[in-house]
Amino acid sequence: MSHHIVEAQNLHYTYPDGTLGLKDVSFRITHGESVAMVGANGAGKSTLLLHLNGYFTPTQGILRIGDYPLTKRNLKAVRRSVGMVFQDPDDQLFMPTVFDDVAFGPLNLGLPPEEVEERVMQALERVGIPHLKSRPPYKLSGGEKRSVAIASVLSMSPDILVMDEPTSDLDPRARRRLIELLKTFKHTKIIATHDLDMAVDVCQRTIVIYQGRVTADGPTLKLLQDETLIERSGLEKPLRMQSCPVCEASDKKVKKPVT
Amino acid sequence: MDTGNRCLPYYLLTMAKIDTHFFDIGYLDNLSYQQTPIHQLDPRAKLLTTLVFITTVVSFGKYEILALLPFFIYLAVLCGLGNLPPAYLLKKILLVSPFALLIGIFNPLMDRDILISLAGIGISGGWVSFVSILLRIFLTVGAALILIAVTGFNAVCMALERLGTPKVFVIQLMFLYRYIFVLVDEAYRTVRARSLRSFGGGGAGVKTYGPLVGHLLLRTMDRAQRIHLSMCCRGFDGQVRIMTPLRIRPVEICFILGWSALFILMRFYNLPLMAGTVITEFFR
Repeated sequence: MSHHIVEAQNLHYTYPDGTLGLKDVSFRITHGESVAMVGANGAGKSTLLLHLNGYFTPTQGILRIGDYPLTKRNLKAVRRSVGMVFQDPDDQLFMPTVFDDVAFGPLNLGLPPEEVEERVMQALERVGIPHLKSRPPYKLSGGEKRSVAIASVLSMSPDILVMDEPTSDLDPRARRRLIELLKTFKHTKIIATHDLDMAVDVCQRTIVIYQGRVTADGPTLKLLQDETLIERSGLEKPLRMQSCPVCEASDKKVKKPVT
Repeated sequence: MDTGNRCLPYYLLTMAKIDTHFFDIGYLDNLSYQQTPIHQLDPRAKLLTTLVFITTVVSFGKYEILALLPFFIYLAVLCGLGNLPPAYLLKKILLVSPFALLIGIFNPLMDRDILISLAGIGISGGWVSFVSILLRIFLTVGAALILIAVTGFNAVCMALERLGTPKVFVIQLMFLYRYIFVLVDEAYRTVRARSLRSFGGGGAGVKTYGPLVGHLLLRTMDRAQRIHLSMCCRGFDGQVRIMTPLRIRPVEICFILGWSALFILMRFYNLPLMAGTVITEFFR
């Protein structure tokens, strides 16, 4: 099962205009791991994600998806095994109906129609939206769009799921549902996010990126409790790890008359 | 503060108008989800019939009015069987009629030869051809709208593709239709943001219009790039494959041949004129 491995060795990337994207990024993500990529805006998360599907080729260093280094020649195979969920579902859902959208990938893989239909329905059921199959995507709610976007990737049975800000733009309940859904996936997951509470729920491991470098890589709970690291990387502790200011204030009020 | 309050509802009103027009397109989509016998016909049959209809209507001479009238039967029948609201379609046709007016408006001025005289009043050829243009616009635009309302835009695109239209054009059309909603939404938000900060003053003028449109274009190009990327991620190789099966049954063949035969008949025989002659003969 070694084809679920993602390994970066000393990745460097500089944008054509000279802006530094990534600097000396190395990590190894093994089969079934669930990893959060956290970092401030512009830290290089999206740049890194775009390397994982071969959209950007590193200026230096090697990226291995599975056993082979990523090259132009095996790009197709890599894109087949790396399922990418974009931040804005409107970018990902371009077909006239939900069904066609989820079928887009499998049809491009050249699967026979019966199998395509089976895969589409499986993917839609996996994310709990088989009833939306003949609706046009632009008429769905934000949460539904996100589910369709995930289904459109699941239908290709990828080994590795890469997600960019999956919980952005969702209302609290839709966000909670998504977190529960993500927890049930057995794929190798790489999730770029600012939602550190979600990272705590879904990812055992966290990679912190700051100004194009990996500044920390380790168990989520341990890293996110490290206040100096969090501070230095332009982040904030997950809400649930902060003491609640509202409760503290009301506690004080209650306690004052007693003392 | 006062000016702000006065201009705000106005801008929001105009914006709401643009918005509702586009939601109306969505309504056309909703109509196409119905399950009437007309909706269930193969899109290709409806597309071909509409093309024959439009070609015959357009092929009449420029002073023809009477012979065009029987063609309304096609619109009436499809509206009836397809369960379409005529008032809505009428409104949509009126929406595009200014273009027709613009095309025909100079005819009465240029062409002043008296063509017919009715009860002593001479009617110039310009007016006749003007009315003829209006009728034709009504018929052709009506037929096109009905085609979309009973077929759905994407099915029309699929039919075009199956009938041999180059895939590039068909995909362009489909994407245009898919993203017009997103683009309108984006434009709507940008314009609203501008009007909320311009307080009825110069900010809303032509000066900021340029950058606004330019900005929209840049955003659109960005989005196009992201969409292309997401397509590539799912194995896009220049071919868009769609699974919906299409099949031509005897019903479709009857539909195409029946209507086409009628259109051609109405093209070469002026039915209202014949009916009129028969009636006047009868009374003589």
